Amino acid sequence: MDRDTATTAVRYQTLAGQSAGYWALLAVLAFTVAIGYAAAHYMEVHGHYVTGMTNQIVWGTPHVFAVFLIVAASGILNVASLSSVFGKHDYKPLARLSGLLAIALLVGGLIVLVLDLGRPDRLIVAMTYYNFKSIFAWNIFLYIGFLLVVAVYLWMMFEPRMNRYGKVAGFTAFIWRFILTTGTGSIFGFLVARQAYDAAIMAPLFIIMSLSFGTAIFLLVLVASFNWSGRSVGDDILDRLKNLLGIFVAVVLYMTLAYHLTNLYATEHHAVERFILLDGGVYTAVFWLVQVFLGSVIPLVLFYAPRLQQSRTALVAGAVLVVVGGLAQIYVIIIGAQAFPLLLFPGMETSSTFYDGVVNEYAPSLPEILLGLGGIGLSLLIAVVAMRVLPFLPERIGNPTTASPEPAAAGAAG
Amino acid sequence: MPSSNQNSQINESRRKWVGGAGAAAAVLTLAPGVRLLELAAARSEEEPVSGKVRWGMLVDTTKCAQGCTECVDACNDEHGLIGMGRPLTDAQYIRKLDLKDKLTGKTYSLPVMCQHCETPPCVDVCPTGASFRRADGIVLVDKHICIGCRYCMMACPYKARSFVHEDLTNQVPETPRGKGTVESCNFCVHRVDRDRDPACVEACAQAGHKALVFGDLNDASSAVSQQMAELPSRQIREDLGLNTGVRYHGV
Repeated sequence: MDRDTATTAVRYQTLAGQSAGYWALLAVLAFTVAIGYAAAHYMEVHGHYVTGMTNQIVWGTPHVFAVFLIVAASGILNVASLSSVFGKHDYKPLARLSGLLAIALLVGGLIVLVLDLGRPDRLIVAMTYYNFKSIFAWNIFLYIGFLLVVAVYLWMMFEPRMNRYGKVAGFTAFIWRFILTTGTGSIFGFLVARQAYDAAIMAPLFIIMSLSFGTAIFLLVLVASFNWSGRSVGDDILDRLKNLLGIFVAVVLYMTLAYHLTNLYATEHHAVERFILLDGGVYTAVFWLVQVFLGSVIPLVLFYAPRLQQSRTALVAGAVLVVVGGLAQIYVIIIGAQAFPLLLFPGMETSSTFYDGVVNEYAPSLPEILLGLGGIGLSLLIAVVAMRVLPFLPERIGNPTTASPEPAAAGAAG
Repeated sequence: MPSSNQNSQINESRRKWVGGAGAAAAVLTLAPGVRLLELAAARSEEEPVSGKVRWGMLVDTTKCAQGCTECVDACNDEHGLIGMGRPLTDAQYIRKLDLKDKLTGKTYSLPVMCQHCETPPCVDVCPTGASFRRADGIVLVDKHICIGCRYCMMACPYKARSFVHEDLTNQVPETPRGKGTVESCNFCVHRVDRDRDPACVEACAQAGHKALVFGDLNDASSAVSQQMAELPSRQIREDLGLNTGVRYHGV
């Protein structure tokens, strides 16, 4: 009964969408999307030689953005799962926003992935010809299915008569995204040829990465949309999300450690580990400075330093750094792994006209970066327009005055 | 009884007639049959390929000359691979690898191309089935359904594949290529189907090295099978267990 009154008490309202700020935001996002599309068009007309990608580095910056968005899409639905699957009803008012962002991020990521194809015009071929031994083919089903499942889940949430099916829909979506991110991680886990991949830990690593990146983006969108639309968001819910994010960031670090330790034990992987961890130049720097230090250690300090406990600025800064660190992590996973040469003859020095035995060069080109940013722009544009059209956002969330005693006590202690 | 005797006589004459007709029919059908048998050895282009054949190659690195690129040049000519002056993105179906043993300092030179695996990782990962393996062991890309995702290039342990990074002109009819699709050595399938050796094998022999031997690995009497029975050979990255169609001797 308590729960029912809690859920019915939540009132949702669309964004007014009248302010200059709203239109300015729309314009900026639309411009980002337009530039991204122009970049993709440029790449398609000229061919991929105009990008930084080569026959050695075959997946580049667009893939970093696409995988990041797809992984985050899965994780961002966790907020909805917390209420529907795990019964944490404080998150219930945020479930709609969580579902919306899951769809928006997945669409943004998929568009980037498709526009980077050599033949984006053959999308229909990808939908009609399937090789079911390919995890990529499975992912096509998993991604499209995810969009449908979340759309139905949202419908159950929006339509009062369907509310009672919300739990079933939520549970389906929860299982679905678990499988989906397993599929995304397995794109790399199943690659037997490359030294840095071919590891079962890729699937669980991607799942925990998805929770971390998704929660960080959710926090940022939550704070921005509530602040900019003059709604109030209580400290207690932000505190809970912050603690969750902190745990996810720590677990990503732990899984990364487990991955590298396992590789370091096997002599055959020493060379690639040395490359990533010690002398891989830009990849080593991106790993230690951006992924580990800026993207993990600093956010943990910002989240848990006693003096910063109540600081929303620290929370937002931490979440931004988690996003930056996440992009860095995927950059190292995708591009760092390709930069390290394929080992054809162990124990031999190798050279050829096809760049055998050398570290492959790659620099992100402008069109690639613009395409990737266009994907982020598209995701946010979908979210911002949808919030204007349908009541995704609650009028208020949490109440500082009725906050649970622990955060208040912690605040007093701090 | 007489009636039965009569019957048996009639039956006998019928049998003779039927037998004669049968023999005539057999003679009539035998000649085309013989012709069909001849074609089975040298398969016509209309017939499907058969798993009875497995095309393969032995690279005798002891005969492969350092600095010689006859095989590479012949491949480029055969498939119309014209460089754009951009080595990072220009296609290479076959390349010469120079190896130096880190311990002993011994050097080797050998060509590397698609290894035509029995269980090719590129075929496993291809989402549309554009990467496929013919029954006779040749691994190919169907350019009509390749979407250019490059997952096969990520999966190939031999870096055997190239992506077409730009518009192409002056293509060779035998090797249709297309911007935005992936391609690789196809053992000169158009030649093999006409009972000829791949261009690289022919060029190597013409240059006097004879380091490349091509043929049916399933036929014990083929030159490649006989050489492989005689010389110790290995696969590149045999740890992956892909049972490659290309084997190397002397490295």
